[in-house]
Amino acid sequence: MQKRLNIRISGLGGQGAVTSAHLLAMAANKDGKFAISNPFFGAEKRMAPAESYARIGSERIYDRGEIVYPEVIMVYHPQVITMGKSYTMPFYSGIKRDGLVIINCSEPLLSQDDVKTLEDLNVGVFYIDATKVALEVAGTELSSNMAMIGALAGITKVVTLQALDLAIQDRFGKKYVASGGTATLDEAIKKKFAKKEQLLAKNMATVTKAYEMGAVWAETHASLVAS
Amino acid sequence: MESTSVIGTANKKGQIFTEPRKLFFEAPRVPVFLTGSEVIKEAIRRASVDVMVAYPITPQSEAAALCGELFAEGYVGDYMRGESEFAVMSQCAGAAFGGARVFTTTAGPGTLRAFENFPMWAGARLPIQVIVTCRGINSPLSIQPDTLEISFLLDTGMMVWHAETAQDFFDWILMGYIVSEQPDVHLPLAVCCDGFFVTHTKDTINLTPADMTLPPYDPYRSPVPCMDMECPPVRMMRDPFVMKSNYISYATHASWQQEVRAACERSRKHTIPLLGGLIETENVDAEILIVASGTAVSQGREAIRLLNAEGLKVGLVKVKSLRPFPTEEIRQATKNAKWIIVPEFNVVGWLAREVRAIIDRNDRVIVGPHVAGGMTMPPEVIVEKIHQVIKAGKGELVHG
Repeated sequence: MQKRLNIRISGLGGQGAVTSAHLLAMAANKDGKFAISNPFFGAEKRMAPAESYARIGSERIYDRGEIVYPEVIMVYHPQVITMGKSYTMPFYSGIKRDGLVIINCSEPLLSQDDVKTLEDLNVGVFYIDATKVALEVAGTELSSNMAMIGALAGITKVVTLQALDLAIQDRFGKKYVASGGTATLDEAIKKKFAKKEQLLAKNMATVTKAYEMGAVWAETHASLVAS
Repeated sequence: MESTSVIGTANKKGQIFTEPRKLFFEAPRVPVFLTGSEVIKEAIRRASVDVMVAYPITPQSEAAALCGELFAEGYVGDYMRGESEFAVMSQCAGAAFGGARVFTTTAGPGTLRAFENFPMWAGARLPIQVIVTCRGINSPLSIQPDTLEISFLLDTGMMVWHAETAQDFFDWILMGYIVSEQPDVHLPLAVCCDGFFVTHTKDTINLTPADMTLPPYDPYRSPVPCMDMECPPVRMMRDPFVMKSNYISYATHASWQQEVRAACERSRKHTIPLLGGLIETENVDAEILIVASGTAVSQGREAIRLLNAEGLKVGLVKVKSLRPFPTEEIRQATKNAKWIIVPEFNVVGWLAREVRAIIDRNDRVIVGPHVAGGMTMPPEVIVEKIHQVIKAGKGELVHG
């Protein structure tokens, strides 16, 4: 049981890495845990590296900024690994012993050297085709980030599904002021659905589906569990 | 003339003008989960601001855009955009000369572009508040938090506070106006924080009720008359002394510059009861102390946790106010320390320089660890530095 999970999310601009970290932290907050989240990115543009961080724990958190030594790394796009679109090289740099890596990809991506390094550190690697889950359940790849946070929660139980539901309602159900790029994507995802309620329900269904997939994987793999 | 108080009456948004101490210390607080930028908006909502001037600097901070919404909703008297940061700070001066409570925000290269105005604000005794969400200074370009710009602000005559968290920010923005606008202070205030680490981070903050607001600024409490463009009262604005006699000009300048700095020192008696002191201390009887401001305090707290787990006791001094500088407070807090570690988010180590200048046996000050350009400072780096210091042993200097 971990007193604190430091979660590093590496993705590409537009994939919702920043939104995910905020949702995880908001959900943890609703669960009564301590949490903070923050993004780190350069000038905003689609497909450029974007990272975000969520720290969730059972005691007050002071630590700020990039997470250099994470317990969990989530990779939102294969290019983070294959094209080095990551702020740290290799993408798992700094991962703690007994940590967890979740990769959005249908097939293994890591080189034999990387596999060996992560095995030596007893780091679990879970591949989930989050984009496929999003397309199947929500009908849009824009919900891939929902699948990723669902998988994380399913494996580690760091936040509950109920709290994620409340956080999603807060983020997408109310008026939200965001910077230009994020506002454009918010509009895009709203247009995918006839009604706001439908957006909330489909996103939550995506989270739940991936949660179940993560929970099944965790049954057969020793992995991190949040306290 | 009979004086009347607005306390207890409502503004046009139905917010009740509330006695400041009651607002700060007695009003119920509700925890919310917001980014630092959103917290700035919530503080300004409760600050009875007359004029805000903006040069939005996304992605450094969304605060200027968020405060624009407050204007649209009617919480801010007037709101305009400047052509550049220099224009913004000049417009702020104009509004403050006219007797308005003024708010703006800037960062990094913007702060430096605006710079001529800051000593002018202080010299003209304009109680403007500027939020500085620190960002790296070019070149090379950085949009991430680096606190180098604070060192430039230290000698402007302004008050300079350095917030650790969004909670500090919320409280200090409101308290700042009350200190700034005292007749014996009446100076501009820079409330600084480390950009991304505070502005873009979601954290739990305890807010005061949205229907309570600060009493409005009373320009008649200014020690210099507010501006009347028909008849400029301040000789420095039109027909300055330098046109008459260099010697009168020298004397005026010297005495007024001293008065500005004396006013900054006089702010202590107003600031200390509101902020709970210019510094905050923990375990200062320990042999090793971390002295820090801003996010470096937070990283220090995490490092202390790791060191405590090893059985090592380390104390902490959080410096809240940089101008006025808590000289006596830091001397007292550090008097028993063998080693004073000063972690900083800038390349020059300006806080270490300030501390070294005021304590005795200043070879006890360890300059660093440093990160720059916006890099994070993992607590493990501070722990490693302290291990090095212990290894190096007594009397041997460890720098870098």
